[in-house]
Amino acid sequence: MNAGQLPRWVDFGLIPLLNLTAAFLVSGLVVLIIGENPIEVVQVLLWGALGFGEGVGFTLFYATNFIFTGLAVAVAFHAGLFNIGGEGQAYIGGLGVAFACLALDQVVPWWVTMPFAIVGAALAGAAWAFIPAWLQATRGSHIVITTIMFNFIAASLMVYLLVNVIGEAGSMQPETRTFEDGGRLPFLNDFIPFADFGTAPVNLSLVLGLIACFGVWLLIWRTRLGYEIRSFGANPTAAVYAGISPVRTIVVTMLISGGLAGMMAMNEIMGSQHRLLIEFVTGYGFVGIAVALMGRAHPIGIVLAAVLFGMLYQGGAELSFEIPTITRDMIVVIQGLVILFAGALEHMFRPALVQFFTMRRLNAAQTG
Amino acid sequence: MFETLILLLDSTVRLSTPLLLACLAGLYSERAGVVDIGLEGKMLGAAFGAAAVGYISGNAFLGLLAGIGVSIGLALIHGFASISNRGNQIVSGVAINFLAAGLTALLGQAWFRQGGRTPPLPEGGRFTNIELPFAEAVRDVPYIGPLYGELISGHNILVYAAFAAVPLTWWILFKTRFGLRLRAVGENPAAVDTAGISVIWLRYRAVIMCGVLCGFAGAYLSIAQSAGFIANMTAGKGFIALAALIFAKWQPRNAMFACLLFGFLDAAAIRLQGQEIAGIGEIPVQFFQALPYVLTVILLAGFIGKAIPPKAAGIPYVKERT
Amino acid sequence: MNGTPAIELRKINKRFGPVHANRNIDLVVKKGSIHGIIGENGAGKSTLMSILYGFYHADDGDIVINGNKVSIPDSKSAISLGIGMVHQHFMLVDNFSVLENVILGAEGGARLAGGVDKARQELRRLEEEYELRVDPDAIVQDLPVGLQQRVEILKALFRGADILILDEPTGVLTPAEADHLFKILEVLRDEGKTVLLITHKLREIMAITDTVSVMRRGEMVATRETSQTSMSELAELMVGRSVLLRVEKEQAQPSDTVLAIENLTVTDSRGVQVVKDVSFEVRAGEIVGIAGVSGNGQSELLETLAGIRRATSGTLRIGGQVIDLADRIIDPAEMRQLSMGHVPEDRHRMGLVTSFPEYENAILGYHHDPEYSNGVFLDLAAIKKTAQTEIERYDIRPPNPLLKTANFSGGNQQKIVLAREIERDPQVLLVGQPTRGVDIGAIEFIHKRLIEMRDAAKGVLLVSVELDEIRGLSDRILVMFDGRIVGERGPDASEGELGLLMAGVEGEAS
Repeated sequence: MNAGQLPRWVDFGLIPLLNLTAAFLVSGLVVLIIGENPIEVVQVLLWGALGFGEGVGFTLFYATNFIFTGLAVAVAFHAGLFNIGGEGQAYIGGLGVAFACLALDQVVPWWVTMPFAIVGAALAGAAWAFIPAWLQATRGSHIVITTIMFNFIAASLMVYLLVNVIGEAGSMQPETRTFEDGGRLPFLNDFIPFADFGTAPVNLSLVLGLIACFGVWLLIWRTRLGYEIRSFGANPTAAVYAGISPVRTIVVTMLISGGLAGMMAMNEIMGSQHRLLIEFVTGYGFVGIAVALMGRAHPIGIVLAAVLFGMLYQGGAELSFEIPTITRDMIVVIQGLVILFAGALEHMFRPALVQFFTMRRLNAAQTG
Repeated sequence: MFETLILLLDSTVRLSTPLLLACLAGLYSERAGVVDIGLEGKMLGAAFGAAAVGYISGNAFLGLLAGIGVSIGLALIHGFASISNRGNQIVSGVAINFLAAGLTALLGQAWFRQGGRTPPLPEGGRFTNIELPFAEAVRDVPYIGPLYGELISGHNILVYAAFAAVPLTWWILFKTRFGLRLRAVGENPAAVDTAGISVIWLRYRAVIMCGVLCGFAGAYLSIAQSAGFIANMTAGKGFIALAALIFAKWQPRNAMFACLLFGFLDAAAIRLQGQEIAGIGEIPVQFFQALPYVLTVILLAGFIGKAIPPKAAGIPYVKERT
Repeated sequence: MNGTPAIELRKINKRFGPVHANRNIDLVVKKGSIHGIIGENGAGKSTLMSILYGFYHADDGDIVINGNKVSIPDSKSAISLGIGMVHQHFMLVDNFSVLENVILGAEGGARLAGGVDKARQELRRLEEEYELRVDPDAIVQDLPVGLQQRVEILKALFRGADILILDEPTGVLTPAEADHLFKILEVLRDEGKTVLLITHKLREIMAITDTVSVMRRGEMVATRETSQTSMSELAELMVGRSVLLRVEKEQAQPSDTVLAIENLTVTDSRGVQVVKDVSFEVRAGEIVGIAGVSGNGQSELLETLAGIRRATSGTLRIGGQVIDLADRIIDPAEMRQLSMGHVPEDRHRMGLVTSFPEYENAILGYHHDPEYSNGVFLDLAAIKKTAQTEIERYDIRPPNPLLKTANFSGGNQQKIVLAREIERDPQVLLVGQPTRGVDIGAIEFIHKRLIEMRDAAKGVLLVSVELDEIRGLSDRILVMFDGRIVGERGPDASEGELGLLMAGVEGEAS
């Protein structure tokens, strides 16, 4: 049952669509169990996500986070690595952004700070991915487990740093001081005159995310490094035969992956919160797995999936206002179902479809 | 000093119990070749189920059963995805964790309207501590008194169940037919298949065992250790249990020691919070929180012995076309 | 013993998607006989046996065991019908003891304690009856392959098998071990068991079987009494026309040495020496063949020369450079720089990324060439052009460089690898098992290309377990046994002479 047996549009279109539909149908069931009307829920959700400028703004803001974490997971996928540590890498990425902003925000304008913040975010995220990568490459420790462990280590480290080291003196909150204008990315509202995103914090990071998408596409399918990454991911033995170093490939891929995850902090910290605070990642890293799976590890797919999840996040927030019995946790449930159906159960409909298309081909052959 | 030590060890036992139950749960699953990072979610689901039914029925045992039921349900989803559909086991585990986190909070709010909590459990809805025989009588005997009266006696039944599960698991794994087959299917499923044993059914049974033990672990959190469910009350314990499982190199006895160690670190963190230690100063509580993960990473890296997982772990079984 | 056959298959059909692996198969196997089934790789032998053992389901057709029509939905049913199978890749749990492996699935009770003791006694009885000696408490991964195979046979007998299927059992054995196996099979037959022997080696069929059936491209083409047939008839039946085992070629004109190896020693990851103090040279304009039973260090030798595996000591001379392998790690990219091409033994595992389109495989290992990349970006147009040229020159079908490599046939996949390695015009070409799983037509093509390489004054080092291929192509034959080169012979050395060397019987310095 390999991919060749089905037309491409089924593989890349129909199957993801069926998986998604299944996830939403079960979500509807959950809504029914709570005693609400699924149709109404869908209406509120869609309206909340797309019905007005501010909603769209928030949708795009959340989507930006998902683009970065989704790309991070996808790049690692291409090398056959499962980076489940986007959560921790994004969290530590916040440190890089914060250092740049805290150092520069009072002396230079934002556009000078920005490149430093990007480099800081990417370096910090990459650094956090480096140890699991290096251990996988040289000692064979399973990267899934080590990156999970590093998520928790990151959480402890960040709390410690924010409480004891870089937290604002005299404040009870575990957070840094708020950045001045020199440490704030402009909102899209500020430089697109006709945009009407209201108070939505969608900012320049969205553009950065789209550039990153193009960059990843270029990297994976057009560069020699991408060729090596894909070779190693698809057949590590053949890669060694071809003179591709496993250690180098694993480490470099994970550095890129970690760097992309770290850049998520640009959107949250420099783009929206304007200070470093605890738990700003709250699951975006994990959702990146779902985004990468649904987007089939392709940048275009990832953008589409990220927007979908952005809609869920924003629509879900609206939902909890309109229908109080449905809390924001509904979104967590839907995410879980999407990960389940689009990820773990991605082949559930495949045997039936293969049978259907084989039958049709046979029939066509007989009649034609 | 001795008194302090006993208190520390006593809370070590209490904190280790859910880890141990979840760790043994994971052991059944992973020994059969099904990687489970959804221990956390199953525990959480079980904690909610146990508290909800414990509250409604006022019966702790019914609560426990409900917790086990919820956990088995989630385990079966994992089984359906990773055994029947040969899906990615890591992805499925992540999905289970999301589902459990979302559903417990959502249904908790919808049913009880207390911000995702369940109402406090009534009398009988909670497992209470058991005084072992003579605990009172020996209380004043030096050393033995506190040791027996405080440390060994005075826990709830799930604590004893957890520690009894260690030799039981060892026996099942190494002295029964089921155990032999379970270990075989985690190493070479094709050998099991060609021996005329159903790989699928065997793995499902392993996953169900995992569900049962996670059910105990979750119920312990909500209706034994505390008196009700709080949203996300597992707080990463499922992952610590996973770390302990690796630390234990998938051996039941080692699992107990690993969980006791991690429980001890937790207890020490609570004990030492805000206290100065002579010569060292105050150790931040986050240090103790991170330590189990750091230790596991070091072990995984092979710097202190090598943790070799079951050979077929994480790989869906597909009959090869030869 | 009556006349009812042990096995009767009627009109068995099995398709895998578009592949018709078994087509209307009829087969009758007499009780108490050794019945051989011979055919080329991919003829459908293994599929047929897997159907008999309940591993696959036949699409249609009947299976009759001992006169009763049966259905075999799974291995459990096969076992209860008295069918046992020794798989080509052993179905053993490596970290279990022999005893644990034997009782798996036949434990005799929910608790192990009782069953284990009974099993121990039963094993002792089987050992004595069939001369199948092996320590029941040994851990399987510590046993040599010959003994591991014995465990597999014991497993089947322990379950009371009357019909024993052996799938290519000698591939991993030395000739001596194979002889011992054949003795065991004869004892089994004399005790009234029925043995089905699957192989592609004519010699084995002639040596041991009573009856032989020949399969070709999914069909059963003939059944003969072994005493009434000959090797050449069987060979013709296998391939469907008379085979030209000799490759036509001129006398070799060897000149300068292009590759020299001195005192090469290689240790594997378990710390076992797999290549021991090997020295030889390859000259321009000759094919040097390395013969040997698989698992005697040839694969490791090839991989070490290609830079994939690390040597413990030794010197390598190539392209005017002398490399001390104890000091320096070489890698495959460097060896390609030194003008060494490498057609690996296993194209699926090593030679190709089968999920890539064909054109991406056309540069695997050569993606650093300035022709294909400027250091950062790939030059897709140049790569596709190269792929197109090679497709034409090597008659690779279908001629579509965009097609996924997995969708090419075995022979065409091998041509993709061969084209890639030969067209870079290396001075030295390493070739491992060039025609494994390749159809006859492609075999001739591949052999011709290798001879052409030789005639263009290149050095070719050929490793193959097919003795006919070694004898047909090589100008000099080196025989490897237990990691050493135990002899050198000319191309006219007899099969028997080489066989003795391969078995380590006539160990001597060359």
